[in-house]
Amino acid sequence: MQSVRRHLADRFVFLFTATKGLVLVAIALISLTTAFMGTLSGPMQTWGVTDTVVEAFGLSLVPAEREGRIILLYHTIAMAVIAIEVYLITHSLPMKQREQTQINATVTVGYLLTLIFGLWFGYFTRNWAFHGLYLVGLSLIFFAGVQLAVALWPWRATYHITDTRRAHMGRVDLERVAFFVMAVATLGSAAFGGVAGSYYGNGFETFHAEDVVRDPVKTPLQLAIIGHLHIMLTLIAVALALLVGRWLGFGGLWQKLSMPLFIVGTIIITLGVWALVPYQPIAHTIIYVGSTVVLLGALFLVIYGFDKLIRDGLAAEGTTKATFGRKLGALVRDPLKFGALWQMVFMNFVVSFPGIFMAAKLEDIFRVWPLRQERLVLTGHWHILSGIVATIILLLYADLAGLKGWVRQLFGWIIIVFSDLAFGATLVFMIRRMFVTEYGEGPLVRTVTVVMDVGLGAVLLTLAALMVWRLIDLFGPRGRWRQELTEFTAEEVTL
Amino acid sequence: MRWPAITALLALTLVACAAPGSASTEVPVYDTGIDAEAWARVPAGGFYQGQHDHAATIGADYEIMVTNVTNAQYAAFLNAALAAGKVTLTDDTVTGYYPGDPFRAYKHEVEIPAGEWALMPTEDPALRLTLDGTTFSAKPGYEDHPATMVSWFGAWAYCSFYDWRLPTDAEWEKAARGTDTRPYPWGDDIGAGHANFVDSRDPFEGRSETTPVGFYNGKTYDGYATLDAASPYGVYDLAGNVWEWTGDVRAGTHLRGLRGGSFANYAYNLRIWTVNNAEPQHSSPRVGFRCARDG
Repeated sequence: MQSVRRHLADRFVFLFTATKGLVLVAIALISLTTAFMGTLSGPMQTWGVTDTVVEAFGLSLVPAEREGRIILLYHTIAMAVIAIEVYLITHSLPMKQREQTQINATVTVGYLLTLIFGLWFGYFTRNWAFHGLYLVGLSLIFFAGVQLAVALWPWRATYHITDTRRAHMGRVDLERVAFFVMAVATLGSAAFGGVAGSYYGNGFETFHAEDVVRDPVKTPLQLAIIGHLHIMLTLIAVALALLVGRWLGFGGLWQKLSMPLFIVGTIIITLGVWALVPYQPIAHTIIYVGSTVVLLGALFLVIYGFDKLIRDGLAAEGTTKATFGRKLGALVRDPLKFGALWQMVFMNFVVSFPGIFMAAKLEDIFRVWPLRQERLVLTGHWHILSGIVATIILLLYADLAGLKGWVRQLFGWIIIVFSDLAFGATLVFMIRRMFVTEYGEGPLVRTVTVVMDVGLGAVLLTLAALMVWRLIDLFGPRGRWRQELTEFTAEEVTL
Repeated sequence: MRWPAITALLALTLVACAAPGSASTEVPVYDTGIDAEAWARVPAGGFYQGQHDHAATIGADYEIMVTNVTNAQYAAFLNAALAAGKVTLTDDTVTGYYPGDPFRAYKHEVEIPAGEWALMPTEDPALRLTLDGTTFSAKPGYEDHPATMVSWFGAWAYCSFYDWRLPTDAEWEKAARGTDTRPYPWGDDIGAGHANFVDSRDPFEGRSETTPVGFYNGKTYDGYATLDAASPYGVYDLAGNVWEWTGDVRAGTHLRGLRGGSFANYAYNLRIWTVNNAEPQHSSPRVGFRCARDG
């Protein structure tokens, strides 16, 4: 009995204290939530799966509460993603171990409370105590963010750098400044939504931004919510880009050029979004400027990363002078690292460029369609962006988890190829009215739906395989988890 | 060898999926037993409006059509209006006069000035009417299906021609909901037999897609059992089949309201308060209308 308890305690320590364990738990919970919630919409309804699940689990899906449920769901998944990013930040940036432990513990309790009680309140029972606990979870995550911002304070002498190959101002590490700015911007933007959210039930009503997009007049609280959801997703993407930079050892000229852009761009976008309430007419212009600056910073990261992958790949092959083909081979040698950068490039084709096109042609094309058609474009737009963020996190985690050899190749390429197929098909689905009429859309819709389903299905099955492998690993006394627990203590105590 | 085979298989699957599924022109014909000429009376008074159940009031009794305007009815209107000189037939469009909207130059607002506007195209493959010289008639089998491909101007012209009007959003919503807070005209839940939507599995799927007006009234058609989906005032098809134009002209926008969801939507779009809108010029095989008149 004592031995069982010790075995369980060991796993608990790994899953809830080691960075790789914490990330694994969060990914597993997101996967389970996504898989479960996926049974409640779309073709699952048509196939009768939804009814079976609703009955089996005793779900309460009141039609009038659908929008509120979805808002709870988005928040639970987003908080788990934020927790993953926090773990990776506290893992990869120097800080005191006490700070790391406190931040990780706070954000873990926060997102678990949010996820468990948010979903429970939204989908199972209307117990307001659960809603309260959901809010406690969100508050704890906010508090973890405050602690993170304090821990990241870049002007502390301990974190000054002397390596002149890295972006710096004086001795201040500009990469750390970028992380700090992102953290502070996130806190302000969370409060931006929180203030509006505090009026729910007190004169302010649940709504989805895509449903009010054509209302000629929007209330300040609606504008705050619309700004909040856009900036939070943007900042999640900024944080991830910075983490990918850490992962790839971003340095040199490109990093020196990139970090100021990330810092300035993040500040401009955030101020632009906050300006949405008092200065709506100019807010979009400010946001466009900030987005362009951040995208330029990300472009420099991609240029650096591609060059590094080519150099590393050729060095591994022992090639000094290489043809274009060899360089291309070296670039795609490691699908996990290549994939993270490629997804950033691909994002422009399926998110940024279509978004710019939509803004430019709003009156001529998209506003001419019925609202429900424009709504598809809006929701598809940010679903793709969220999906791309998720795939980059998966690629990063797969590297952390130590996938090697053909498994690494298979995992990486399935994620890249099939997710991009799904995202590309989703884009066609969103803007299909540009090519086909409602009357003639049947063949196109059926084709892209199959491609989307096959693409997303392959990605989810691959993710499931990774999770099952890690679950099986936990049963072994000397599995990877044991090694990762040791890595944690060896690596992070020294930070 | 293996990859080309897998690619070919995948391509074959996609081609199979892409094969047109609505090629059949054989539309089943059923007598629903619901009179498309009937009107339902809705009393003045309070009701709950919108998703958040705001208390609202309609000041006077009114009547609303029990079903959508059908293709046969719309063809009869076009013939009568053409004879009366109220509408004009151009190369590929029927046009009619509309007196214009007040224009306030709000952001995204497009001016709708007085003038001739398209009521309906005459050459579109989605049209369920035929035009023989200057005479319109419903395509065989589609007589009792809702008139579609009618713009807001076309719906407005139809109702105006008979001295009726399009229902306001509030009138449409009260007719659908009665005086309680139900999400669907018939009650709290939705199932396959309630309405024509994505999951209805009705005998018209892959054929006409629309069902005859009043189809969901509790009758069974060739083994397909429907439930009586009338609203508390006995109005049919207020959820599903086709979106319905409403008559409000709102300040600051030229867009017109569409309510009720269509055969192409999932259930959540059929909730009574779901909003949709489009330019008044918009015509679609998924959009129809019904009229209202003072009670």
